[in-house]
Amino acid sequence: MPNPMRMRANVEGDAVVVRVLMSHPEDTGLMKAPDGKIIPAHFIQSVICKNNDKNVLTCDWGTAISKNPFLEFRFKGGKSGDKISVTWLDNKGETQTDTTTVS
Amino acid sequence: MRLRLKRIAALAGLSLPAMMLIGACATTAQAESVTQEGNAYLKLMNEMGGNPADFNIDDGKKLWSEKRGPKNASLEQCNLGLGPGVVKGAYAQLPRYFPDTGKVQDLESRLVTCMETLQGFSAKEADKDPFAKEGGNASPLENIAMYVAHESDGMKIAIPQHDALEKLSYDNGKKLFFYRAGPFSFSCAACHAESGKRIKISALPNLTNKEAAVSYATWPAYPNSQGVARTLEWRMLACERQQRWPAPKFTSSAVIDLITYMGVNSNGATLHTPSFKR
Amino acid sequence: MKKSVLLALTAVAGAVVLSGCAGMDKSASEGANGDPFATASFQKILKNDFVSKGQASVDRLKQTKAQYECSKYDYLGQPLPAAVGKEIEATAQSKIVYPKDGQYLGDWKAGLKIAEDGKGLQWSDKPGTPNGGNCLACHKMIANDPSQGNIGPELYHYAKLRGNSEAILKYTWARIYNSEAFNACSYMPPFGEHKILTEQQMKDVMALLMDPNSPVNQ
Repeated sequence: MPNPMRMRANVEGDAVVVRVLMSHPEDTGLMKAPDGKIIPAHFIQSVICKNNDKNVLTCDWGTAISKNPFLEFRFKGGKSGDKISVTWLDNKGETQTDTTTVS
Repeated sequence: MRLRLKRIAALAGLSLPAMMLIGACATTAQAESVTQEGNAYLKLMNEMGGNPADFNIDDGKKLWSEKRGPKNASLEQCNLGLGPGVVKGAYAQLPRYFPDTGKVQDLESRLVTCMETLQGFSAKEADKDPFAKEGGNASPLENIAMYVAHESDGMKIAIPQHDALEKLSYDNGKKLFFYRAGPFSFSCAACHAESGKRIKISALPNLTNKEAAVSYATWPAYPNSQGVARTLEWRMLACERQQRWPAPKFTSSAVIDLITYMGVNSNGATLHTPSFKR
Repeated sequence: MKKSVLLALTAVAGAVVLSGCAGMDKSASEGANGDPFATASFQKILKNDFVSKGQASVDRLKQTKAQYECSKYDYLGQPLPAAVGKEIEATAQSKIVYPKDGQYLGDWKAGLKIAEDGKGLQWSDKPGTPNGGNCLACHKMIANDPSQGNIGPELYHYAKLRGNSEAILKYTWARIYNSEAFNACSYMPPFGEHKILTEQQMKDVMALLMDPNSPVNQ
């Protein structure tokens, strides 16, 4: 069971800056475990970030993303009090969504 | 707030990566392009403004005021050297001598003392499994350490050398630094006593003089390869493992004295914590 | 007028700082017989503050003569006395074990793997697995590869530049076996004398340096 995402969102100048730390093994499928067996690929394939109910960022990720990805992005048109939600979906069909409020 | 400080620091020409570059490549232009620490990718990350360790700091701040342990008390009366409960600026002056324990203590050592005396944790409970695995969750102790250290961010390192034990800590740290042992005959000095050196593509700051600040002033940090926030106590352990030495005990003089040595050599430099590392 | 006063003040301040340091050196640094590590407080650290972990035993903290002498003068910031250095070098040279079969060269491909492998003898390493030499951590020797360190001298075109006479083979072997034979306080680990690499592994590393087909000599 992965940890909940840690998120922070604040207004900086004319943009909202969102920082989110995700908890995910990001296995490439190329590494071997100590017993010699391949660790199966398990990685985030898409990330959808919303401001209230509007999509502000969509990410298509592959196996190059490291374990426990840290994502920082900024967008215009948001303000204090808005709800930010981040959803990831991985290659196994697992998904997680967490939210925060723009401070 | 931290981002603003970093912007100001950048404008003043004292940005963290610049400080790292000055130390790491004063001698040869080659070093700048060939070390991980000197390249654009880490520089960019450190200018970003956010760091996964920020969340450790959030957790640590909560733990500081949380009632815990058999005595159901918080750490808010903990004396880190500047008086009970004074957190701001304390890390910049550690390690230092504490009359109540009669020894020179670093950040984690002092937190353990407070966990025992204020909260009633036993010695075994207080410093149990302090370091998480790679990519794991930092322990409560390390979270508190990240918070306390961050409260000295932007301040000048000012580790005292007044008490006889403080001076002894520096001197024993210096002896440990130059002590060659083990099958590889390595000391810290084998890698860290000359400027302009690198091991593979990792810059090796000279820790025997002011250049020590290039390293010391950027801890605690979030090393990307670790995927979890790390302090200097952890780094000393990792170095000694690679020196093929046996393991130093957590918060022992073996670790604290080395930190005193590097830290005093860095006195006057400005702390930037948490930073990103390779 | 102002300048001389400033100079005088600086000189006094300088003298005060120097006298403070001298006092500290005498009381804090010296143990018995001029051994700086023989103080009660330092010995206490060595004895109490370390634990054996995995294959890294606390016995490792017992210094060899070379380790002690080199550490001592390093700490004191003084040059190693010539006589001490010569003795360390002679002792190291006398302990070198050359291959019994007279064959110095193994397989350079295996040697390259050893040169790239940084594992071995740490508490995190599995005992019994072959150790690496990690040569590339400190020595640049392969062209067009910026990931080699600069702690030791460059070894590009090693055999191309030196040839492969018996003398060169013996010298190179001795260097790998224990560089203390040539430079008393060398930071290069004594791969042979301290049993870090096996004889076969050292032959493979020799091949990496000597074989004309090795990337080192391209």
